[in-house]
Amino acid sequence: MSTDFATLVQDDRVLTPMYTDESIFEEEMERIFKNTWVWVAHASDLPTGNTFKTSYVGRERVIVTRDKQGKIHTLLNRCRHRAATICEKRKGKASVFVCPYHGWSYDVDGGLRKVPHLAGYGEGLDQAELGLVSLRTEEYNGMIFATYRDDIEPLFDFLGSARKWIDLFMKQGGGYGVKTLGEHRFRFPGNWKIQLENTTDAYHFPIVHKTFLDSLDAESENVFDVLGQGGWVEDLGNGHSVMVMIPSLIDLDDNLDAPIPERFKELAAELVAEGLPDDQVRKVVRAVGGSGFNLNLFPNVACSMAFFRVLRPVEVDETEITHVAIGMDGGPVPANRMRLRLHEHFQGPMGFGTPDDAEGWERVQRGANAGEDLWIMVNRGVDAPEGVAAPGHNAGDVSAETGMRAAYQMWKRMMTA
Amino acid sequence: MSTLAEPLSPAEAIAAPSLQDAIQFVWAEADILDRLDYKAWLPLWTADGRYVIPTERGLAAYDDSLNIVNDGAEMRQARVKRLLSGFSMSSAPPARTVRTVSRFVPVTVDGNAITLRAAMILVEYKYERMRTLAGDVVYRIVATRDGLRLDQKIVTLVNCDDYQHGIGYLL
Repeated sequence: MSTDFATLVQDDRVLTPMYTDESIFEEEMERIFKNTWVWVAHASDLPTGNTFKTSYVGRERVIVTRDKQGKIHTLLNRCRHRAATICEKRKGKASVFVCPYHGWSYDVDGGLRKVPHLAGYGEGLDQAELGLVSLRTEEYNGMIFATYRDDIEPLFDFLGSARKWIDLFMKQGGGYGVKTLGEHRFRFPGNWKIQLENTTDAYHFPIVHKTFLDSLDAESENVFDVLGQGGWVEDLGNGHSVMVMIPSLIDLDDNLDAPIPERFKELAAELVAEGLPDDQVRKVVRAVGGSGFNLNLFPNVACSMAFFRVLRPVEVDETEITHVAIGMDGGPVPANRMRLRLHEHFQGPMGFGTPDDAEGWERVQRGANAGEDLWIMVNRGVDAPEGVAAPGHNAGDVSAETGMRAAYQMWKRMMTA
Repeated sequence: MSTLAEPLSPAEAIAAPSLQDAIQFVWAEADILDRLDYKAWLPLWTADGRYVIPTERGLAAYDDSLNIVNDGAEMRQARVKRLLSGFSMSSAPPARTVRTVSRFVPVTVDGNAITLRAAMILVEYKYERMRTLAGDVVYRIVATRDGLRLDQKIVTLVNCDDYQHGIGYLL
């Protein structure tokens, strides 16, 4: 590989082949996705022992499992005999995984359990060495990540300053804990980094999402005036960033005495009718409305206002996005229903927001086929409001491209390591 | 329709649509959608009509699951307003679509309503690219004094639990 990756990324701009060059994409899959923590699941996807979910680390298929002791494993979805996938279900329960080709079976922790007609190998099969390849797996506040690397820093340290924002985001559990409720998957013909940028891009919101804003009542439309509320973007280190759009919705335990917004009044009445005490009603209603920030975690997941946004690079010009709806684990039924309806309103292939995002990203990729010597500009940003970002962190106003610059500096660091 | 258990109606009651009338109604709706005549689409519905595009197959109920679409009258109206506004880049212009609906099977007749299921094949075209979408559709169509109305339409895409691309029109 002769590309000098450092020359592709300057402090405030990146070169067009970052979106279009297949050889760069191949190197990214190795240098980034095989060398860092990649999000694979939420803890609620694996609610009990012997449950699993299939997922990806970069382009490689994995099975995330929880064993009977509660330990989580990330296993390459590939039989150690002749490579067939051993699980093609999205999620479910299983105490054993059996390869459909020749019947090799594996325990939930990946250990090779049984090989049919073992005698055919004479003494030549070391079963202890032939378990499913198991990736290092760690969890923080329900977010499960895996990595191929045994020698990189623990997840806790990798997340660093982002942990505080994960904790704030999870207050959407409303005291019940966060649970995944379903997911929208969609693809767009474009590079994965276009999507990575978008989660930390408030600048596009009033333009691209005008029709979403027009579909809201006046009070909610004011809440979603994301550029007008003194928000900011903050570099959290390791490519992570937070974009605060609605500062009054950072900590959902604050302002519980505030009047209940019009669009939640019906829900509040239902919760009262169910016998929930007033303080609980307020807490649940506020949780249903979601958080006022996007936390972008490099390289593949975001805690975005009220859902998880997971990206998966497919090809240099094809990316799959999963928008995971979340709600309250065991929380009031009407509250989780409203979460689902709010998610459907904006997200998904026919939401009032997502198709326009996808179209915009596709337009970026189409445009990037012209002018390979031109720069993608991420230089936008004036100073963040006084005193909002943590001391020592780079920060800009809410429409600043600070988060993109943070991600691209991490990209450069990993690609030139 | 002789294959259906059609209850005898009192003289004043309205009989359920015949299968043939229901099929013609479905074709007219498909034509309206391909022509993007969404203003003509809204009055086809009953006041409580439900338009659902699920993300899972075989669900008995939809309100406690995540759907691609789960619209009552208000959301349908907002959706149409959005699609016709000219400010949504995925629908201004939208992909061109041509759809056929066929393989009709009557499911039940209940009072003034007929439920039928059908197959829909839709081809969309935008940006030098053709895509095919296929789905099973369940329609509940009721007869009213003002003509036939759509009371429920559930479009279960063949790949509803897998990825889609952005869809800037109505299914």
